[in-house]
Amino acid sequence: MATEFHNLQELRHSASLANKVFVQRDYSEGTTCKFQTKFPTELETRIERSLFEDTVKTLNNYYAEAEKIGGQSYLEGCLACATAYLIFLCMETRYEKVLKKIAKYIQEQNEKIYAPRGLLITDPIERGMRVIEISIYEDRGSSGSSSSSSSVSGSTTR
Amino acid sequence: CKRTPKKRKWESFPGRNKFYCNGRIMMAKQTGVFYLTLVLILATCGLFFTFDCPFLALQLTPVIPVIGGVLFLFVLGTLLRTSFSDPGVLPRATPDEAADLERQIDVANGGTGYRPPPRTKEVEINGQTVKLKYCFTCKIFRPPRASHCSLCDNCVERFDHHCPWVGNCVGRRNYRFFYMFILSLSFLTIFIFAFVITHIILRKYLRGVFPDLRSGVVVCFFSVWSIVGLSGFHTYLISSNQTTNEDIKGSWSSKRGKDNYNPYSYGNIFTNCCAALCGPLPPRYSLYLHTHRCSLRHLLYFFIHHNHPSGPAWVQQPERNASPQPWTPETTRKELCFEMFYLFVYLVGTSRRTHCHSSGPIVHVFSGRNTWRKLRRTCKLHTERPRPRIEHATFLL
Repeated sequence: MATEFHNLQELRHSASLANKVFVQRDYSEGTTCKFQTKFPTELETRIERSLFEDTVKTLNNYYAEAEKIGGQSYLEGCLACATAYLIFLCMETRYEKVLKKIAKYIQEQNEKIYAPRGLLITDPIERGMRVIEISIYEDRGSSGSSSSSSSVSGSTTR
Repeated sequence: CKRTPKKRKWESFPGRNKFYCNGRIMMAKQTGVFYLTLVLILATCGLFFTFDCPFLALQLTPVIPVIGGVLFLFVLGTLLRTSFSDPGVLPRATPDEAADLERQIDVANGGTGYRPPPRTKEVEINGQTVKLKYCFTCKIFRPPRASHCSLCDNCVERFDHHCPWVGNCVGRRNYRFFYMFILSLSFLTIFIFAFVITHIILRKYLRGVFPDLRSGVVVCFFSVWSIVGLSGFHTYLISSNQTTNEDIKGSWSSKRGKDNYNPYSYGNIFTNCCAALCGPLPPRYSLYLHTHRCSLRHLLYFFIHHNHPSGPAWVQQPERNASPQPWTPETTRKELCFEMFYLFVYLVGTSRRTHCHSSGPIVHVFSGRNTWRKLRRTCKLHTERPRPRIEHATFLL
């Protein structure tokens, strides 16, 4: 375990945070959660415009689904009121279920698309749904990586 | 991996709120008037159940105390829910966010570095121009309908007002509970008032004696008018989808301009009411805390995908085993049920009734000061976090 922690420290030093881009909220449709699909200029060299727009549009769709006022939300609201809101001790709200889906989606996007390009998306819920924070990482040196890779392959599994 | 204790977001909360029960209960700083509200409700209902209900149950029907009891419990439940929930506090901007906003504002001002007060941003919402103000305390542009509460020192989403009677702000997350509270309280006060008058009249005719219920009547009389009036006002606000803040400022009144209208209204009263009362309940932002180890995990992703496309063998396992669970509402809920169980037995066990030995085995064995510790040892529930003292919890959400 100590060797594993030692390797993580080494890995941390080889990737450094260069910049952060903030995608702001789009209030044109009211207070519902929607993010601007405008492509930030700092990401022009890093990622294709279509991929970024797809991510933001999917996130907007998820949030619209969470905040949709329809049959299911009315049912949930009435049931909750009838049970004096104690039902939320046993059951999670629809919003929380969708937030879990969003967290999984963001993790998947980070793994497949953003991390290979040196970018990282932070879940908007961690920033109070104000912004989508995209961190831009620079790979500091490839010399450090070769030494740590040998020690990593030599370490025993847990 | 090293196990560092998780620091809850509420422990380093920058606003002026008080937290109880490991962050589950959130109230404003001044709670004196809230206790007054509780005392008034409990005292009036206590007097009603002690003096009026026995007579009315015998003379009229026993359904009266039952309905009274249900109303009382509903009022208490909604009051505690309003007082203890997070009203929709917006977390303050991180230093990077604040710096980015400053940069954008500088660019907008022509890069001279001169900061003209106040900072506003205009957005078009459903055809209406709305000004978003910059909050100097929270360092964010406030979303529409949000406002900064000076008492709690937080920006609150869909800010209605700060209610001292409830000891908390009324905002997006607890407006429906507040409305249910004042509505049910109106019904309760009218109910009590009507039946106290009935009691007086019946007693006068049956026994010719006026019972001394003046204090109950007086409290009820004044409460009825003020609370019914408040319920009526909030019913109007809900049906037109406005907040108290907007109504007081006259933001959407036609006096401001011919084309001024409320861009948030859905057009008809029914939809507005349903949206306010039965809409989805947004989560608490302060619950979603991820420790620094998640950022290491992500850096790991970056490194292995960027430099080692195939990845070393040991990291190809999913990280769910490596990193601990972040504190999610699910883990909270399970522990909450355990805490409620503890609290119930603790309250039962430490009550100083003389006949406690006849109440059952648990109370008989665990009576006295060490109930709490004995009970925990017996239940053998070990958690990582040290249990905090429960200061004011009677209702856990």
